[in-house]
Amino acid sequence: MSRKKPAAEYQKTFAFRFFRWLSGSKDPYLGEVEMQPQKEFQPDPEATLRHEKEHDAILDKVYDSERNMEMKLFRKLYHGTSILFCLFLIALLLVTISWLPATGTVNRPVNNEVTERYIEKGLEETGAVNIVAGMILDYRAFDTLGESHVLFVATITVLILLRLNKTEKDEAEVSDRRFEPKNDAILQLVATFLVPIIIIFGIYIILNGHLGPGGGFSGGAVIGAGLVLYLNAFGFKKTERFFTEKTYKWICFFSLSFYCLAKSYSFYTGANHLHSVIPKGTPGAILSSGLILPLNIAVGLVVACTIYAFYAMFRKGGF
Amino acid sequence: MGPNLLANYGEAVSAILFCIGFTNLLLQTNLIKKIIGLNIMDSAIYLFLAEKGYIAGRVAPIVVNGVTSTEAYINPIPAGLVLTGIVVSVSVTALMLSLTIRLYTRYHTLDLDEISAQLKREGK
Repeated sequence: MSRKKPAAEYQKTFAFRFFRWLSGSKDPYLGEVEMQPQKEFQPDPEATLRHEKEHDAILDKVYDSERNMEMKLFRKLYHGTSILFCLFLIALLLVTISWLPATGTVNRPVNNEVTERYIEKGLEETGAVNIVAGMILDYRAFDTLGESHVLFVATITVLILLRLNKTEKDEAEVSDRRFEPKNDAILQLVATFLVPIIIIFGIYIILNGHLGPGGGFSGGAVIGAGLVLYLNAFGFKKTERFFTEKTYKWICFFSLSFYCLAKSYSFYTGANHLHSVIPKGTPGAILSSGLILPLNIAVGLVVACTIYAFYAMFRKGGF
Repeated sequence: MGPNLLANYGEAVSAILFCIGFTNLLLQTNLIKKIIGLNIMDSAIYLFLAEKGYIAGRVAPIVVNGVTSTEAYINPIPAGLVLTGIVVSVSVTALMLSLTIRLYTRYHTLDLDEISAQLKREGK
């Protein structure tokens, strides 16, 4: 049987204070602890100035590369050590080279059975007269696909790094007009004659890649050089009629995906001993050696576009 | 010293070029000159690979008159490797140059020491 305490008596008990504390209805510190209102922050301009000055003086003293003795000493030490290291490296490499088998001789580890296989069976298996082309676009075609992708990724990264927004683009247009040659009569006349020759030469190198020296990379670089000359002579207005960022995107997309699909097909059939429908043709003819000619064209397109894109982006920040 | 230093003069030149490029990379503070140093190193490697593939008295590996014996042609593999090297070098050079352009627009100098001094001055 419980007894009900009067309210005045209950307020003196521990239970009352405990439950009051638990519910948070009374702040136990209020009225118990000495408290002062916080002072508003008064900025002292003199002190701030003094601190800033001290800070700058310390920084100036530390990073004064002209008079900082430690830095000077370190720089001298660094120069001396790097020259010594490079001399040591030269000596080491020369000693190593002096023990290598002599250049021009046959009995070297480089000339192993891989080389023999490529030379003896290359013409028969790939159909390419140029053994190097047969090697890089047939036996080691995935390597070349990777190279094309390296170029493509490099272009994209440069595009990201040098990308301009709308106002910067207009400024770049103006400064491009100011600093670069515009409507130069001599350059335009020379370019009128040279650009078609250079581009036709590049196409020849690409189409002749499996028959002689050349291929997609070198031919593409030549075509890219022709495009750059054209751009220099006639300006962005003329080139943008046929080559913009969109053109670049689509050409690269189609070339790389064609390469990937074609080579996947030939590797698939080759690995599973299936009959490939791609004819080898007679060695020496322009339409021969199976996939090498189309792959050369794909690589050439990617390289030409990349060379032009690099130039345009470094000159104006876009194209 | 081994016996073949004079016979391997091409490789020796490539080693010296490589070290010149590397010294450039270490000692130049200008970023463009550093990139040039890296390209010199690349060229040294191409020279080394070309020397590795060469065999005296033989011709480039392009089949002439249907002769497909190893006796007739030089090693085609280093040629393919040089191609790979050139492509990667071009890409890396373009990437580094664009990064240099970004640094220049931010710090208005190409000097690496100047850039690091500015960075420290800003308290970063």
